[in-house]
Amino acid sequence: MAGSHYISRRDFIKLITGAVGAVIGAVIGLPAIDFLIDPALKSVGKDAWVPLGKLETFEIGKPTLATFTRSTVNGWEKTVNSYGVFVLRTSETDTLILSNKCTHLGCHVNWNVDKQEYICPCHDAQFSLNGEVLGGPPPRPMDRYTGDQIQIVDGTLLIHFLGG
Amino acid sequence: MWKKLFAWLDERLALNELYKATLDRPEPKGNWWNTLGSASLFLFLLQGVTGIFLSVYYTPSPDHAYDSIQYIMNGVAFGWLIRGIHHWGATLMVLVVFIHMLRVFITASYKYPRELTWLIGVGLLLCTLGMGFTGYLLPWDQKAYWATTVATSIAGSVPFIGTLIMKALRGGTDLSALTLSRFFAAHIWMLPAVLAGLIGVHVFLIIKHGESEFPGKDD
Repeated sequence: MAGSHYISRRDFIKLITGAVGAVIGAVIGLPAIDFLIDPALKSVGKDAWVPLGKLETFEIGKPTLATFTRSTVNGWEKTVNSYGVFVLRTSETDTLILSNKCTHLGCHVNWNVDKQEYICPCHDAQFSLNGEVLGGPPPRPMDRYTGDQIQIVDGTLLIHFLGG
Repeated sequence: MWKKLFAWLDERLALNELYKATLDRPEPKGNWWNTLGSASLFLFLLQGVTGIFLSVYYTPSPDHAYDSIQYIMNGVAFGWLIRGIHHWGATLMVLVVFIHMLRVFITASYKYPRELTWLIGVGLLLCTLGMGFTGYLLPWDQKAYWATTVATSIAGSVPFIGTLIMKALRGGTDLSALTLSRFFAAHIWMLPAVLAGLIGVHVFLIIKHGESEFPGKDD
């Protein structure tokens, strides 16, 4: 029957079965893929202006750790994480704000008064007062909050925290 | 090219023989009631797939079970669809399996040489009911909690060993986190494993013996 439009009953049933199966598969399969990767497709706005305290309470010339907590909702559970930044008032008006998260692998660095360095307890990374790398494994200087990431409202110092 | 590839695979995997044995079997005169077994198998696979997907987000602990299902329903893309299919598929599966059993009974298909196929089918029915029973608790809402309280109490009314059965089902004297996690284990591991195994034997026996002729007027 080559060339004609004849289709046997058996072939017709096969074709219809295959087509219906494909439709059912697609109707369930495609949403199922979306279902699985859904958390990866969601953008969660984590940024916020976080108050660190009154500016006058920070001593000039001495790095001071300011901590705050942020909560995120993951699925059905709320997780609260704490973060810290070192606030250094360089003058009456200027501040240098550094994240205490080591740029190597994310441990929390400490200010060592004797050495006048930030030292990471994990792999002995050393940063200067300005956050420059002095030694150890970090790939880049400490993360800074600069310019429009800092606000002073009614004497309270705020930073624009971006999450993570 | 494709023919050659198929021939190569067929020679090693016996694809043609498999196809003939499973899908191209000789059948008695076609009858829609004979499709209920395949429908049950399809529903089992559908429940398996949607169940596996649900387990990605579901958490079997009293603290999180209810909330995780709320999240599936409202937070996850198409969560309502996957859970909806699993929910209604469960009801449908019990129904289809039961009608399948009635059909086999009415057409007397359980007779020689298919007695064991029937007995295994009874096991499959019980496992299916067990799946419904254990799955009902997992949402951990009021309905689930009290339904399981009642059902396990009924199991407790068995003479002599009733209390033991009830405690074994509940994992203690009361419904608790232990009940939820053991029902979950039964629902996603034990019962499906038994079901899959029994289905394998059941289907093998059907292929081996073929389907029974419908009884005629003289039978």
